[in-house]
Amino acid sequence: MSVSVETAAVSAPRRRVRPPKLVVQHKKAIAIFIAPFAVLFALFYLVPIGYAVYQSLLVIQRDGTFGQAREVFGGFAQYVQVFQNGPFWQSVGRVLLFGAVQVPVMLGLALLFALLLDSPILRGKRFFRLAFFVPYAVPGVIAAIMWGFLYSPNLSPFTAVTQNIDFLSADLVLWAIANVVTWVFVGYNMLIIYSSLLSIPTEIYEAARLDGAGQMRIAWSIKIPLVMPAIVLTAIFSIIGTLQLLAEPQVFRTFSSAVSSTFTPNLTVYTTSAIPNVNLAAAFSVVLALATFILSFGFLKFTQRKDDK
Amino acid sequence: MSAILSSPANGSPDSNQASDAAPTSRIRRGGRGQAGGGHGHQGPAGSDTTRARGPRESPLSRAGALIVMLVFTLYFLIPIWWLFIASTKSAPQFGNTPALWFADFNLFENIGQLIAYRDGVYLKWMLNSVLYAGLGALLGTLFAAMCGYALAKYRFPGRDAIFNVVLGGVLVPATALALPLFLIFSQVGLTNTFWSVFLPSLVSPFGVYLTRIFAASSVPDELLEASRLDGAGEIRTFFTISVRLMFPALVTVFLFQFVAIWNNFFLPLIMLRDETLFPVTLGLYAWNSQVNQIPELRLYVLVGAFLSIIPLVITFLLLQRFWRSGLGAGSVK
Repeated sequence: MSVSVETAAVSAPRRRVRPPKLVVQHKKAIAIFIAPFAVLFALFYLVPIGYAVYQSLLVIQRDGTFGQAREVFGGFAQYVQVFQNGPFWQSVGRVLLFGAVQVPVMLGLALLFALLLDSPILRGKRFFRLAFFVPYAVPGVIAAIMWGFLYSPNLSPFTAVTQNIDFLSADLVLWAIANVVTWVFVGYNMLIIYSSLLSIPTEIYEAARLDGAGQMRIAWSIKIPLVMPAIVLTAIFSIIGTLQLLAEPQVFRTFSSAVSSTFTPNLTVYTTSAIPNVNLAAAFSVVLALATFILSFGFLKFTQRKDDK
Repeated sequence: MSAILSSPANGSPDSNQASDAAPTSRIRRGGRGQAGGGHGHQGPAGSDTTRARGPRESPLSRAGALIVMLVFTLYFLIPIWWLFIASTKSAPQFGNTPALWFADFNLFENIGQLIAYRDGVYLKWMLNSVLYAGLGALLGTLFAAMCGYALAKYRFPGRDAIFNVVLGGVLVPATALALPLFLIFSQVGLTNTFWSVFLPSLVSPFGVYLTRIFAASSVPDELLEASRLDGAGEIRTFFTISVRLMFPALVTVFLFQFVAIWNNFFLPLIMLRDETLFPVTLGLYAWNSQVNQIPELRLYVLVGAFLSIIPLVITFLLLQRFWRSGLGAGSVK
C-alpha cells in the first residue's frame, strides 16, 4: 500500500510546477467523480458504524416489570457485558485457533500451486489453473451445504471414511469447516500470488540459471521474496475473513448439533440481535470490527517492519 | 468444454509475457498443447535443447509436481462432480446408487420439479441474485472507478484524507456492517425491501483502491492534456478515453464485487423476511434447514445448488483474460 502512495507522488509533480499555493482545476468534474461514491460510502459505511456505536451506549430501562421499555444512555454498560460474556470470548478464541491453523495451510498450498504453475517443470498449467479456481465460484453457503452432505455418515460418497470418522462431531467440526473454507479460497489466493509471479521480469531467472541455480533455489531465493507483498495481501484478507466467519457454521448447524448458536463471533451477533437485544449486539459488532481492524492493521505493520530491517 | 475453457486465455498476460522471454517460456508453450491431458511424460523434444544452459530438472521432480497437482485436482473437482451427479438422480436413487456415477439421467425432470415447486420461487431467487449482484456490481464498479480515477488524476485538498478513509473501509469487512446497516434501515423503515440489500452493495472501497492504482499507472497525463487541448470536457474524457485504458481493472472490480454480492449471506439473512426477496443463497439455506421436516426438499437443494453455481462459473470463464491482468496490477503494489 505504501508503494501506491509513492506512485502518486511521482506522477504528480509533473503537472504542478509552482508549489506552495494549490490551485484546484476542474473542481466541478472532481465533485461529479467523487460524489456518488462518497455519498454511498458515508450512508452505508460511516453512518451505520456511528449509529452502531451510539446504540451500543444505550440500555433498556423499564418502569417496574410490565412498564414501558425506554432506551436511556448507559455509558459502557453494554461493553462491560461484552467483556463478561464467556461464550463470546470462547467464540473469539475458536476463530483465532481456526485462523492460526487454516490461514497458513491455505496460503502455503496457494503458494505451492502458484510456484508450480510458474515453474517450467509442470505441464497442463491452464487446466490446473482453472480447475483449482472453480471452487471460488461456489458461494460459501452452497459449499457448506455440499460438504455437509459429503461429510454425512450415510449420504456421503465416502461412507467408508465418514462412518468411521465423524467429521461433524464436537471435536472435528471446526476443522471440517476449515476444510470448506480452504476448498473455496485456495484457488483464489493461488491466482493472486501467481499474477504477482508473472509480473517478475524473466531476465532475473536467466541470471540465476547461469549461476547454476535450480528451480527450487530460484523459487526460494528469488520468487518468494518478490511476491511477499501479494502474500501479505492475501494473509490480511484471510485474517479478516476468518474473524467474520458466519455462513459456513450457520449452515453446519443443520448438519451438526455441535455447532452452537454462539460458535463464531458473528453467530453471537446474529443470535443476540434476534433475541432481540439490539444494544448488546451492537456492542459485540463494534468490538468485533475493532478487533478485526487492529489485527489486520497490526499484521500489515508487522510485515512492513520486517521489510525495513 | 475444454475448448471453451482455453480459448479466452489466448490473449492473457502470461502468454504475452512468455513470447518475449527466453527458455522457460518455451516450455510453457510446449505444455500448452496438451493442457488437460496431463500424463507424466517428458516435455516435447524441442524443450531439452532450449533448456541446456541451466541445471536440469530430474524427471522425478516433474512427475512429483504432476502427481501433487493431479491429487489436488481431485480434491477441488470431486465435490462439484458429486453435486452434478446428485442432481441428475431421482430422489429414491440418490441414496442407493453409487454416489459418484450416473444412475437414470433425471436432471431435466429434476429441474422441472424444482422450478414448479411453490410457484417457481427458485427462479425468483435466481432473478433476485442476478439483480442484486449484476446491477449492484455494475453501478458499484462505475462509482468506484470514478472516485479512484479522480483520486489518481487530480490534485485537490482532502485527497489523501479521502483515500485513507477509503483504505480503512477496505479493512472493515462487509459482515461487520450487516447489523449496523440493519439498525439504520429499521430506523427509516426500509428493512425487508429490495433496497436494503441492494443499496449497501454499491459500495466497494477495494474497487476505489484498485482503480486508483490502475489509473495512476495506465492513464498517462499527456493523453489527458491532449484531450483537453482538443476541447473535450473532463467527464467526456473519462468515459471515452480513460475508461478504455482502465478496462482490465474495471472488469476485475466488477467480478469481485459481483462475487462478493452473490455470496453475501449475513446482510440478506438479517434484512429480509419476505421469501420472494431472497437471493438464491439465502433461499437454498432456508430450504436446507427444513430438510429434516420436509425430506423432498433435499433434492431441490442439491439441484438448486448445482444450477446456482453455473452463472458464476460462466462469467468467470468468459471474462478471465480481462480480470487476470487486472488482478496482477492490484496485487503487485
